[in-house]
Amino acid sequence: MNAARNAVLMVLVAFAVVAQAVIFRYVNIDGVVPNLALVIVVAAAIARGSQFASVLGFATGLLLDLAPPADHVAGRWALALVIVGYLAGRVRQDARNSPLTAVVLVGAMSFVSTSIYALSGVFLADGTLPVDATLRVIVISMLWDLMLAPFLVPVLLLVLDRLRPAHLAHG
Amino acid sequence: MARRPLGQRPGADSSRRVLGLLVLAALTVITLDARTGSHSPVEPVRSAVGSVIGPVEDATATATRPFTDVGGFFKTNKSLRSDVASLAAENSRLRGQLSTEPLDRQRLAELDALTRTAADTGYSLVAARVIALGPAQSFSRTVTIDAGTSSGITKDMTVLNNDGLVGRVVEATRSTATVLLIVDTESVVGGRLSTNSEIGFLRGRGTVGGAGRLDLSLVDNAVEPSRDDTVVTWGSKDGVPYVAGIPIGTVESVVSTPRQSSRVAVIKPFVDFTALDVVGVVVPKGTHGDRTVITSTTDQATGQATGAGGSQ
Repeated sequence: MNAARNAVLMVLVAFAVVAQAVIFRYVNIDGVVPNLALVIVVAAAIARGSQFASVLGFATGLLLDLAPPADHVAGRWALALVIVGYLAGRVRQDARNSPLTAVVLVGAMSFVSTSIYALSGVFLADGTLPVDATLRVIVISMLWDLMLAPFLVPVLLLVLDRLRPAHLAHG
Repeated sequence: MARRPLGQRPGADSSRRVLGLLVLAALTVITLDARTGSHSPVEPVRSAVGSVIGPVEDATATATRPFTDVGGFFKTNKSLRSDVASLAAENSRLRGQLSTEPLDRQRLAELDALTRTAADTGYSLVAARVIALGPAQSFSRTVTIDAGTSSGITKDMTVLNNDGLVGRVVEATRSTATVLLIVDTESVVGGRLSTNSEIGFLRGRGTVGGAGRLDLSLVDNAVEPSRDDTVVTWGSKDGVPYVAGIPIGTVESVVSTPRQSSRVAVIKPFVDFTALDVVGVVVPKGTHGDRTVITSTTDQATGQATGAGGSQ
């Protein structure tokens, strides 16, 4: 049963990774698309806490690193999303009770994750842009995620609650 | 609800332990992949993931195409045709034809131009469509195309469209391939100014869209590139990774950097990288695969293509 739940989650994550590269490219702003995978990790942190979200973040990040057309050093998104999962889980109680906080949390985590990813690129000398162009990408990405969060987070929370094992159901 | 102090929170310790482990795991993957270069142990995993996700991306692109194309609206109309009067249906169908016609014509024109490109350059091309665009958040400019090794596409092949040079193949699975665009910061292309044949190297700036530019640094510093001069590829040995004579862009401006005492020309690419659709991959002559190879010399299709070109 637990395996089936995890399988459903992985399918959801895989769909998010594919959707942001395939479907959302039609509405890209200078190549920037919404980071759906990040929204799932933050929603998981709100629903299930740090530990669960950092594991999910690692798996999601690895998929982002390896799924085509990714060509950067593998592990960079995994690192960023592990940290995001942990941080988001730390403030989950506030975000659980207020939808507005949840949306702001998604925006903040979008900023954190893209920044960590960009910084890891600087350290590895792997695909870096000038500072202004980098900031532009980070900000557009954050606005995208802020815009979609009010629609996605409630649905994701509902799905994640349904996928919660029975012995954790008290919240 | 008041936050409990961290130390007393149940699960806080194990949560931090998990965080530590996962960060270490991520750093290990990064080190493995970054240190070992092209012989990276991550490479087989990447191509395995690619051969699973690639077809999924292809299927998603195919499934969403009717919605992203203008014609999608009229296709839904068609399914309701049995419910409405036949005249209205006929009307709708005709309107549908009328509105999708420019789109189809445009696609046909793109393919047609690609065929002409094959005739002009003398290279064999495999036509493919872009199915996925790498998010700009990843700071690398890559796209996935819906043709792979089964169509004869392998690593380091030139990718172009009817406007000019698009990029090169960096990864190929059975049914899809990843293309590194020339605007990526990791991309270096040998270019030649068309008026005076001076050679240089073009590096991407990593931005696409209206501001997507390349920097051309010429080998001979004494040469001043003139504005609006066209830059084409000068090609490498055996056409790997770039074949010669493919147009890249025009010189927009020339910037002098006193510190390096060299001139850098800013190149505006011919290709619009945010709206890529039909592309052609340059394959060796005599390639056989599950897709038609567009050639300019030997076979039947070619005679027709040149015939059509001649009649214009």
